[in-house]
Amino acid sequence: MAELVIFVLFGVIAIAGALTMVLHPNPVYGALGLMATMLSIAVFYVVNSGHFIAAVQVVVYAGAVMTLFLFVIMMIGVDRAESLEERLPLQRQLAIGLGVVFLILIGLIGGNAWITAPEAAAAPNGTVENIADLLFTDWLLPFEVTTLLLIIASVGAVALAQFDARRRGGEE
Amino acid sequence: MTDWIDVLIVAIKVVAAFVIMLVATLMLIWAERKILADMQNRVGPDRAGPGGILQGLADGIKLFFKEPITPARVEKGIYLLAPILALIPALLMFLVVPIGRPFSIGDREITLQVMDLNVGLLFVLAVSSMAVYAVVLAGWSSGSKYPLLGGVRATAQAISYEAALGLSLVPVVIYEGTLSVAELVEGQSGQFFGIFPAWNIILLPSFAFFLMAAVAETNRAPFDLVEAENELVGGFHTEYSGLRFALFFLAEYINIFTMSALAATIFLGGWNGPTWDGALPASVTWIFPILWFGLKTFAIVFIFFWVRATLPRFRYDQLMELGWKRLIPGTLIWMIFVAIALAFDEFGAPWA
Repeated sequence: MAELVIFVLFGVIAIAGALTMVLHPNPVYGALGLMATMLSIAVFYVVNSGHFIAAVQVVVYAGAVMTLFLFVIMMIGVDRAESLEERLPLQRQLAIGLGVVFLILIGLIGGNAWITAPEAAAAPNGTVENIADLLFTDWLLPFEVTTLLLIIASVGAVALAQFDARRRGGEE
Repeated sequence: MTDWIDVLIVAIKVVAAFVIMLVATLMLIWAERKILADMQNRVGPDRAGPGGILQGLADGIKLFFKEPITPARVEKGIYLLAPILALIPALLMFLVVPIGRPFSIGDREITLQVMDLNVGLLFVLAVSSMAVYAVVLAGWSSGSKYPLLGGVRATAQAISYEAALGLSLVPVVIYEGTLSVAELVEGQSGQFFGIFPAWNIILLPSFAFFLMAAVAETNRAPFDLVEAENELVGGFHTEYSGLRFALFFLAEYINIFTMSALAATIFLGGWNGPTWDGALPASVTWIFPILWFGLKTFAIVFIFFWVRATLPRFRYDQLMELGWKRLIPGTLIWMIFVAIALAFDEFGAPWA
């Protein structure tokens, strides 16, 4: 019962936040809406006893990524409201078409049987240990490859920024 | 029936934690002004109560009765929301800190900690990363340029020092093998060689990095570029007055107290200390863990004030250099060193 109440409450907040993010002309309110959505998703994780993933969700997305977004929004200038003029042709038609496809997919998936974990796996106090065990034994190689990918991406970003600055003869 | 009692216990703990934080704030305001005054050869507050000890209360009552002025160009909703957002993370963070030894009434064990989370330290990091929003939103919604500059500085500072704060805790987690704060305290009981208390302070670089990052996270001098009263008037809270300003003020002091309590818990053994269990009756010994915890917390709080009285404020580029070129590489190198050392200890040398 409590789970249902929490789900409905934060589901409404998540959807309202997402709508604000897309529809609000002011980017700061958009960022706030997105943050509300991310926090609601973290609450869903907690309800499903995924404490670790919830904490990581808040630290990484609500904490770091959204702070960065806000920083960029403020650096670029907060007084300008976004213009709502559309520059991409066919955008609306495509969005509607893909939306319909998405809904059909959800219907198909939801109609099929779900594979759920056995009851024992949902021990509320073992999430960190369970994840650590799996991550550092069975899934070590994929984990390391992913980290390598991220490092390459960040080094690449730094390198691109540096080369660009150097070519322009800037001081930075 | 049992459920009802459990809920009641948690409710009492939450209220108790709230009261502790408010009282601690009142005391900290007085203590800071007195300590700073001593360090600067001044008298400090001495009118309200004996030795001015009621100064915090007087300040609070004054702010409570002042008129909250709303400037014309603010974004009303967010302007009113920001002080509340400042207070919420400050209050939440203290919930995972155990302030004393668990005791039992009947067959029910009661921990002096509102909740012991399996992901305790991550919870702390998550909540502390939320604290910056209040500053940023307050700065932006004030509709004035000095608060906005304070807000922009706050984002950059928070991103830079959050990373260092998180990384500085990793060696402790590797060493203790747990993220739960209560288990961290248990892991620090006992002694090394029968003399030295087995506190995590032996990971000294971690402690130093954590303190630096904690001072920066709470936006205290010398990292108070967010407020910087001689550059930005008052920074993010320039346009706030009355009770709204009081909420920011309260949040800052609660953050200091909580960060100190966390540092004491993570590195200085929390409530561990001599309790003279056999020598004194149990009705007396229960107080000692709480006393030790309070003493250690106050020692760290004192460092906060000491640093404020000693160091001048950083320049913005110095702040960024310290964060990205010193603290983050430093914490990373120390983390790798600890990991390798512990791996040797656990598995032996790879060539053996």
